[in-house]
Amino acid sequence: MEVFEKPSAIIQMFHVSKRYSAKAALVDISLEVADNEFVFVSGPSGAGKTTLLRLLYMGEPATTGQIVVDGLNLSRIARRRVPFLRRKFGIIFQDYRLIPSRSVFDNIALVVEAVGTRRQLIRKTVMSLLRTVGMEDRWRALPLSLSGGEQQRVAVARAIAGDPKIIVADEPTSSLDHDSAEIILNLLIQYHQRGATVMIATHDTELIRSTGGRVILLKEGRVDAAAHLPTRAS
Amino acid sequence: MILYFQKAVRDLRANLFLNTVTVITIALSVLIFSAFMLFFVNADGFLRHWIADMRIMAYLKPGVRPEAVDRMKSRIQSLPGVREAEFISKSRAMDRFRDQLKRQSSLLDGLGENPLPESFEVRMDITARGWRNIEPVAREIEALTGVEEVEYGQQWVGRFIHVLNLIRVAGYALGGLFFGAAVFFVANTVRLVLYSRRDEVEIMRLVGASEGFVKDPFYIQNLIMGTLGGLLGIAILYFLYRFIAANVAAEFSTVSFQLIFLPFRISMAILLGSMFVGWLGCFISLRQFLRT
Repeated sequence: MEVFEKPSAIIQMFHVSKRYSAKAALVDISLEVADNEFVFVSGPSGAGKTTLLRLLYMGEPATTGQIVVDGLNLSRIARRRVPFLRRKFGIIFQDYRLIPSRSVFDNIALVVEAVGTRRQLIRKTVMSLLRTVGMEDRWRALPLSLSGGEQQRVAVARAIAGDPKIIVADEPTSSLDHDSAEIILNLLIQYHQRGATVMIATHDTELIRSTGGRVILLKEGRVDAAAHLPTRAS
Repeated sequence: MILYFQKAVRDLRANLFLNTVTVITIALSVLIFSAFMLFFVNADGFLRHWIADMRIMAYLKPGVRPEAVDRMKSRIQSLPGVREAEFISKSRAMDRFRDQLKRQSSLLDGLGENPLPESFEVRMDITARGWRNIEPVAREIEALTGVEEVEYGQQWVGRFIHVLNLIRVAGYALGGLFFGAAVFFVANTVRLVLYSRRDEVEIMRLVGASEGFVKDPFYIQNLIMGTLGGLLGIAILYFLYRFIAANVAAEFSTVSFQLIFLPFRISMAILLGSMFVGWLGCFISLRQFLRT
């Protein structure tokens, strides 16, 4: 494992490519994301947004190139250190990925336990997280009894449970109605304001316009452009 | 560790049917293997008992003079491995024969002359492994002047040990087979459980749970199942042993040999082996599953 001097950029990608057999998902991607930045990764379906996010938390390895996250070079990280890399991330999925057989409380407690919280503090921590996302009354409910927006709020609580430095959210609002999407986005903005870096993969330009922040635009696996889109307010 | 243990117990309850079948499979494997062990322990004890009681009978030719008998006795006692050489006179031999016949001893009353020969009863100072030493000693005694015939039970011991070795090989083979089957079954159970909880496992890995956090509850769970299976198998064997000892063995009450249960260290070794089965099955499945 190589530890670089802590950069102002929390994420750096140098000529990163990812291939699945004959198909190239990402081609020669080089980019940087600053610490405490709010970034959108946008582009049409199949552009490589999800793959880009997955490479960051070693959901899968890059085929070529180098990725550095918070000073850790992912191509040289030892297997046993991967859990420590992943604790830097809070991951939010489009399909929530909650465990249907476990209650809302247990879904979050799983993460709180996994990151090594002391047993006596687990309950208090989980309830505090549920309060943050406004779901403290539903702690006993099973995920499938919740609406999509509520499930995603639980997923946000789970993502921030380990107090990560970086939030990566893959299409977090694409299956939600407008009100629910706004709640989720506001939660992510609040967490960003507390100092976290947030990366959201989305093809929803309306969401990007309403929020502002840098946009990394992907097209057929390549960075097409990087620009600040004007916010609706501005 | 308490947290892992609680998770393991919760998971055991969550998949109760599957885990019960696994425990029963381990128990059956342990039962069959330990039944063989019990047989060997008792067969070995019986063999030792038998060998300890084994003797060489040297029958003398008629009319050997007392001085010659004394010389023969000294010569036999000087042979290596001989513990004791006792001279059995004709009248003593007849008395023994009468004792052995018990109620039928009146049959001997019609005999005019005592037909039994004088003899030496030679007891060897032997162990179960040293039973082969009897043969050279028996040959030396046979070569002595005045000795007509020598009898000893070596052939029977040889055959018994040969059969015992065959059963031992069959026991090891069957034990190995059941060990493999139990490991295979445990591995498949763990795989099924892992498959049903793959989302949970993936989430745990994605949020940075250590390998130990993911794996240890499975190991604990399977060690518990291995222990339960082992205890159940040994307990069933114990009740079967009690039943056999109380009913079947009573038929052989004339034999002074006593059936015994597995010694503590062998029982513990079997229990550890059973725990190892649980651990190994889990190890194989986790390695395959978490590699993907």
